[in-house]
Amino acid sequence: MEIWNRHIECMDRDELRRMQSERLRETVERVYFHVPYYRQKMQEKGLSPENIQTIDDLVKLPFTTKNDLRDNYPFGLFAIPMSEIVRLHASSGTTGKPTVVGYSRRDIATWSEVMARTLTSAGATNDDFIHIAYGYGLFTGGLGLHYGGEKIGASVIPVSGGNTKRQLQLMHDFGSTVLACTPSYALFLAEAIEESGLKREGLRLKVGVFGAEPWTENMRKEIEDKLQIKAIDIYGLSEIIGPGVASECLFQQGLHINEDHFYPEIIDPQTLEVLPPGETGELVFTTITKEGLPLIRYRTRDLTRLHYEKCICGRTLVRMDKCLGRSDDMLIIRGVNLFPSQVESVLLEMSEIKPHYQLIIDRINNLDEVELRVEVDEEFFQDKIGQLMALRQKIQQNLESSLGLSIKITLVEPKTLERSEGKAKRVIDRRTY
Amino acid sequence: MIIHQLSVFLENKSGRLTEVLETLGQENIKITALSVADTSEFGILRLIVSDPVKAKKLLKEKSFTVNLTEVLSIITPNESRYYAKALKVLSDLEISIEYTYAFSVGEKSVIILRANNPELAIKALQDQEIELLRASELYKI
Ligand SMILES: [Zn+2]
Repeated sequence: MEIWNRHIECMDRDELRRMQSERLRETVERVYFHVPYYRQKMQEKGLSPENIQTIDDLVKLPFTTKNDLRDNYPFGLFAIPMSEIVRLHASSGTTGKPTVVGYSRRDIATWSEVMARTLTSAGATNDDFIHIAYGYGLFTGGLGLHYGGEKIGASVIPVSGGNTKRQLQLMHDFGSTVLACTPSYALFLAEAIEESGLKREGLRLKVGVFGAEPWTENMRKEIEDKLQIKAIDIYGLSEIIGPGVASECLFQQGLHINEDHFYPEIIDPQTLEVLPPGETGELVFTTITKEGLPLIRYRTRDLTRLHYEKCICGRTLVRMDKCLGRSDDMLIIRGVNLFPSQVESVLLEMSEIKPHYQLIIDRINNLDEVELRVEVDEEFFQDKIGQLMALRQKIQQNLESSLGLSIKITLVEPKTLERSEGKAKRVIDRRTY
Repeated sequence: MIIHQLSVFLENKSGRLTEVLETLGQENIKITALSVADTSEFGILRLIVSDPVKAKKLLKEKSFTVNLTEVLSIITPNESRYYAKALKVLSDLEISIEYTYAFSVGEKSVIILRANNPELAIKALQDQEIELLRASELYKI
């Protein structure tokens, strides 16, 4: 199995740490002297660049949020003059202003490098035809994959999104081997292929690199079954660089983070303390090589865990779990952090139920009470009271042992859970403060 | 001799039983027998109906969790010692009974039971000359 940059991707972790410390020092110096916003924030904390010597000093630095980017719209956080910015990307803001990202020539080179690693770790080589159905434009998906594909010498097909009929025709006629798009579009394409009457044998697809939206292991299975390809999860966000921040290798044991460029931390979203390795929390990135828009401790709001052991593939780069959800969804129950996605993963592990659930939180006599309503699945329902009672107990025990919370379980009829716009409402918090 | 009983999962909230009965009534599905087993939070409604397959389909369309369960039905004179005798035949053979319910028709009792080994139960009951009802007979009662 190929590794694009063995020197970095398999680097001794102590050596990597020295490199990260060195790069952090340079970055802090750069933002302190070139970004008034960061200088002010550091001064407020009584910090100057000399206080940041190693990566361990990172915790002293302030966090950056999406709001900080908006407040400095459009170019306020750029660390180099506009004459050195060669590209602008922007993400559509669901509320108000978009966030704008500027790239220097070297940033674009870094982006190509990390995307080359991503595609190589998905098994792509210069013999492949990469079918890029991510949107091209202000969105970083299309161009990010594009430069990575060119860098590894593959034949890049920049189809962009839409026009499914043409997508299928090109995929067939050109013999696309690697599909790059969002996971939901991959499923849509799978159905379109079925309907079009195209034979799977007529297509040469072998792998897909999917990202830009949250997706579940179930979706992965569905895509892999329907398209008969390996579905690789890739992760990125435009504020950090776009796609290329992290990606799975073919062993699918978590996403390798390109931490020689993007240094990850996991924090408790409430206390903002850094959590020990292996704990679930909010992912935070510090870009340690970027020139255009360096970000210090940028809060992604994505929830995950980090694994530092060497991967079977030989890479030593830290791995993150598939994102479990958003930190904005965090609930605090009797002082314990609870993420609905944790409940979902416990349910997903049980074959007797489908993860159709709803959490209802209430405060009774000043005490938080959680009720989990789970739909009874027809495939499991066998007309025995004892069986249903046992199921309820099993769910309760599994949740308690993995979350440390005692939750009341109520079995409900299918489709009775409150839905909004076709999507089940996962959490109803009735507590008033 | 196997009877297909309709089993429906019900939350304990008002109106759902009525909805089941109305759904079946609208399509002229006749109910021969009905029993509810419940806990404080949920229940299982068990029904013997004239067309179980169609009934299942109709209820599924209304988002009920519904399944067909294999049960047996025997018919005895309307006295409890006959019921007791049938149960004893099965327990002597260590065939366990998940649940049972009964209703009377004139001088006779019709008993529905779910045994863990229906084939063996049928044979044991027939050996003792206890009269079993066929599905076609039961659905017509
Ligand atoms: Zn790996």
